[in-house]
Amino acid sequence: MTDKFISIEAIAKRYPGAGGATTTVFENLWLSMARGEFACVIGHSGCGKTTVLNILAGLDAPSEGAVIVDGQAISGTSLDRAVIFQSHALLPWRTVLGNVTYAASSKWRNWDRAKVKAHAQTFIDLVGLTGSEHKRPSELSGGMKQRVGIARALSITPKIMLMDEPFSALDALTRGTLQDEVRRICLETGQTAFMISHDVDEAIYLADKIFLMTNGPGALLAEVVENPLPRDRGRTDLHRHPLYYALRNHIIDFLVTRSKTFTAETPGHDPRNVPLVHIGKPGLTIASSGDEQRQTWIPGTSPGLTA
Amino acid sequence: MSSSLRLRAGLVSIALLAAFLGIWHLATHSTGPVATMSPEYAKLMGLTATQGKSAMPGPLDVGAKLWEHLRRPFYDNGPNDKGLGIQLGYSIARVGTGYLLAVLVAIPLGFLIGMSPLLSKALDPFIQVLKPISPLAWMPLALYTIKDSSISAIFVIFICSIWPMLLNTVFGVASVRKEWINVARTLEVGTIRRAFTVVLPAAAPTILTGMRISIGIAWLVIVAAEMLVGGTGIGYFVWNEWNNLSITNVIIAILLIGIVGMLLDQILARFTRMVTFPE
Repeated sequence: MTDKFISIEAIAKRYPGAGGATTTVFENLWLSMARGEFACVIGHSGCGKTTVLNILAGLDAPSEGAVIVDGQAISGTSLDRAVIFQSHALLPWRTVLGNVTYAASSKWRNWDRAKVKAHAQTFIDLVGLTGSEHKRPSELSGGMKQRVGIARALSITPKIMLMDEPFSALDALTRGTLQDEVRRICLETGQTAFMISHDVDEAIYLADKIFLMTNGPGALLAEVVENPLPRDRGRTDLHRHPLYYALRNHIIDFLVTRSKTFTAETPGHDPRNVPLVHIGKPGLTIASSGDEQRQTWIPGTSPGLTA
Repeated sequence: MSSSLRLRAGLVSIALLAAFLGIWHLATHSTGPVATMSPEYAKLMGLTATQGKSAMPGPLDVGAKLWEHLRRPFYDNGPNDKGLGIQLGYSIARVGTGYLLAVLVAIPLGFLIGMSPLLSKALDPFIQVLKPISPLAWMPLALYTIKDSSISAIFVIFICSIWPMLLNTVFGVASVRKEWINVARTLEVGTIRRAFTVVLPAAAPTILTGMRISIGIAWLVIVAAEMLVGGTGIGYFVWNEWNNLSITNVIIAILLIGIVGMLLDQILARFTRMVTFPE
């Protein structure tokens, strides 16, 4: 029995298209995550990644199917699920502190002002913005704005963090620092996180599980890749790990070719039973999460390792 | 750099004003031919005929008269002779009342329409038809139904200032960024609290812009409305002085209408700056 903290069950999203036809972005999508897991979704634009995240957040409703979080089907948004928006989405007329207290006071409506402020301050300190509390978003750099977004999301102490390409608008250096921060915070707080990314290295660094989606319309969840890298991985020596390149190549191969051809080449694909891919020798991989899931073994190809 | 630009612009403004006053003075200073006439007839004809003085007052005449008005702005010698302060006060009071009533109606209604696509679509044809109607066209209807000229003037101000505010509020509310609404939604903020904490601050600059347009229109319309309803107010003053053939007073009134209009606009501009947020 696997611990399915989040379970997306047979969801579909359809839009009415031209001439009465409907466009199906994806259908019969199954996906599950355990508590405390960090998952990353990778796929090309238009495969419905953002729609999946919005459905998880409750901002969008699936055309079919259900999402179960912590044993309960979700309907609408919830303070248990915080969203970090791609465009940070700070309220520009509020200060840094104002933006975070807005979230905190929405969660704890009966707290007095001082308590909310103290609570917000701890999260501003956590993301390293001490001293900028009274600045407005327009006075902050892109990275600092996204830090405020993270502080706001964390301040409501959610069960799940949902991130829609949170760092894609940032320069490489800032992105790196913020990835470190998010990883540290998620590990420290045991946060369950669901993140959409375009960046393969970001996914490898942050995620425990990487969901690969084929191209839309009619997108499929093709594979779930277990990250073979140790949990205490560091950014600097990430690429020295013997399985790093095998993992990276596997994902890039998928994005470059297999995301287009997967549907045609894999007629027997069972969306409810998506193959779980382990990179490396069978002996080196993490134990499979369930008997019902099919296993795929990709041999490691790094020089230091005999397959 | 910018202060020097401001200084130079100021100097140019003063030079233009001086040039304008100079040309005005020269144009009205010249004397025309003087006809010989009996003293009795000369009394009736005035200085234009007897001394060849221009019928158009010069800047010095207007200045002297203005000084007279400014020294006694609030005198009241009966219905046809009141100080300019009193006349302007009536006009401002009418504009203020009609405008505030319009604010009270337009902003809540605009909020409702902006937040509801159904209402927005349903009310759109009415707004489109009512908006281009000249506010003065309502006057007979207002006089007939309200049966009070002063309240009718207020109604005309109300009806003319409501549209820009209503449309801007609708537009501002409807075009609040989706992501800000989504922030409120993910924080489970209720509709009322969302309206006040997200929609109102986000739409405030647009709403205030509408209010600024409205106050300008209201001030334009009050002059015409008071010319029609009569009794008091700066519009009535202009028409009354025209009937008195006092072009000097008409020019003074025009100047004051301009200054008060500018002040009203500046007040709203200041409010707009207060609610505008940099992004």
